[in-house]
Amino acid sequence: MQFLTVVIRRSLYAFLLLLAVIVFNYTLLSMVPGDIAETIAGESGGASAELMAEIRRSYGLDQPFYVQLFGYVGRVLQGDLGSSYYFNVPVLDLILGRLGPTLLLVITALLLAIFTGTLFGVIAAQRPNGIFSHFITILALIGFSAPVFWTAFLLIILFVSMVQIMPLSGLADPLTESGTWQWYLDVAHHLILPVVSLSSIYLAQYSRLARASMMDILGSDYIRTARAKGLGQRVIIYKHALRNAVIPVITIAGLQFSHIFSGAVVIETVFSWPGLGTLAFESILRGDTPTIMGILFFSAFVVIVFNLLTDLAYRIVDPRIRHSGTA
Amino acid sequence: MSDAKNTTPSNGSPGDVDEIFVEHPFRQFVVMYMRNYAAVAGLFVFVLIVGAALFAPLILDLDPFEMVDAPLLRPGEGGHLLGTDNLGRDLFVAIIYGARVTMAVGGAAAGITLVIGLTIGAMAGYYRGWVDEVLMRITEFFQVLPPLLLAMVLVALFSPTLETVAIAIGVVSWTGVARLARAEFLRLREQEFVKAARSIGARDRRIIWLVIMPNALPPLIVNAALTVGIAILFEAALSFLGLSDPNVMSWGKLIGDNRDYLLDAPWTITFPGVAIFLTVLSMSLIGDGLTDAFNPKLRER
Repeated sequence: MQFLTVVIRRSLYAFLLLLAVIVFNYTLLSMVPGDIAETIAGESGGASAELMAEIRRSYGLDQPFYVQLFGYVGRVLQGDLGSSYYFNVPVLDLILGRLGPTLLLVITALLLAIFTGTLFGVIAAQRPNGIFSHFITILALIGFSAPVFWTAFLLIILFVSMVQIMPLSGLADPLTESGTWQWYLDVAHHLILPVVSLSSIYLAQYSRLARASMMDILGSDYIRTARAKGLGQRVIIYKHALRNAVIPVITIAGLQFSHIFSGAVVIETVFSWPGLGTLAFESILRGDTPTIMGILFFSAFVVIVFNLLTDLAYRIVDPRIRHSGTA
Repeated sequence: MSDAKNTTPSNGSPGDVDEIFVEHPFRQFVVMYMRNYAAVAGLFVFVLIVGAALFAPLILDLDPFEMVDAPLLRPGEGGHLLGTDNLGRDLFVAIIYGARVTMAVGGAAAGITLVIGLTIGAMAGYYRGWVDEVLMRITEFFQVLPPLLLAMVLVALFSPTLETVAIAIGVVSWTGVARLARAEFLRLREQEFVKAARSIGARDRRIIWLVIMPNALPPLIVNAALTVGIAILFEAALSFLGLSDPNVMSWGKLIGDNRDYLLDAPWTITFPGVAIFLTVLSMSLIGDGLTDAFNPKLRER
């Protein structure tokens, strides 16, 4: 029963956080200098005084601020993120339309970084002062220090310009018919460079983390027991130790979910990837306030829900957290 | 930390037995730092870049925006060490001038990050209870918003000046510092020397800033080196995307300006990137060196 109250409390808290995000977004973006009605009118090629008044009324801009704010919060909670000033279509449709490519990019990059990072860390941990360990240390330094757009450009110089084996940009060749298996192959081909660039930041960090946690685990009692009963090195490392070494990596990866979305903004603009990041960047340049607010809300929403679910999952899996009451 | 213990014996009378064995903590600190060659190299590169940023413009006295030669000259061509970019600007001069902006904005942004983070973390960890609760909720709030996206929105909303860029970076990146400072304060507030200070009637403000803070600083200083590195990366990303002052030369802007010529003139992208990379690398090497110097025992790892 105690678990149920925790679930309810956590969900309520997540909801309040979300509410705070909506209010913050709206307040922040209402501080835009200049007249929003003029921006909207500008998109449709200038307007007379009557049309301006009409625009103000239809977008609710003639109301006092708090009325607009409450109106916005209410609409967002009903799933209505407003209409884009630029495209003149519902923001939610716009976001959902761009979500696929971004998720494909971000999740592939995250999985690649977790998988390769853990593997690197595990190999390095077996010889803490070996060449591979030093390689991991250097890799971690490079991964932290190189700006992600620069890494991407270097990869382009290498694999598009010098050894011409990769496409420059986009989701797929526009000439390939979408839905066919050639198209899926083409998307996978276009995905390689963006994914490698995006995961480079995290790969380095995860391999360092996996190395540290693996070294801890290799010194623990249950590994000594496994050794004592005569298990081979391979079984000990990949069957017993690896499982526990992955946990901190996955925890950090979960916490960084909002950061990786930020990285995606840069990578998507570099590779003209038709995802949320490109949409966000272009909307900021266009001053398309509803779309910017929508994307900020949406990404916060994803992170909050993700955090809530991992938090609850830990409580279910780990009885120590479950019985420690609140926290 | 350990150096707090070491200060006491060395303050004893001259000729004290301890004097022979206990080196002055600062000396010990320097020796430990110097033992890490990579950290020394990092410090050297950093000093070089700061020196270039400070003095080169005085010696060179050129305009980094000036078109000095034909566009897209290869490195070395026409007497231009690193070549020219798509607008015929000397890349070397532009990079030297860019160092000023990168250093100034990166430093200011890191300063703002630390001030916000330290204040919030110190208050939360020291007062605990509802203050902690409220401040940590605010911290979590800023953690769920995508940092770069929020910084982009802030710069675009308010005028794209260097001040705005520095403030925007500070506003989106203080949460990590706050959490670290809070943890240190939670740990230290229960220690004997804090109780001692409280027992002689020291006020909260004095205990926070003069009693606990100096002892909480070592891990925070290491973190500060990384904070500067991260701030520089943020500045580079923002100016690369064109969300910075268009009238000021910076490394990110240089890459952004030349990105369409990537395939024909890769050096216009490569060299400014090398500058960013080396600067951030030097910061993280310095951070590693400081970790060693503050915590000699951790070195084995």
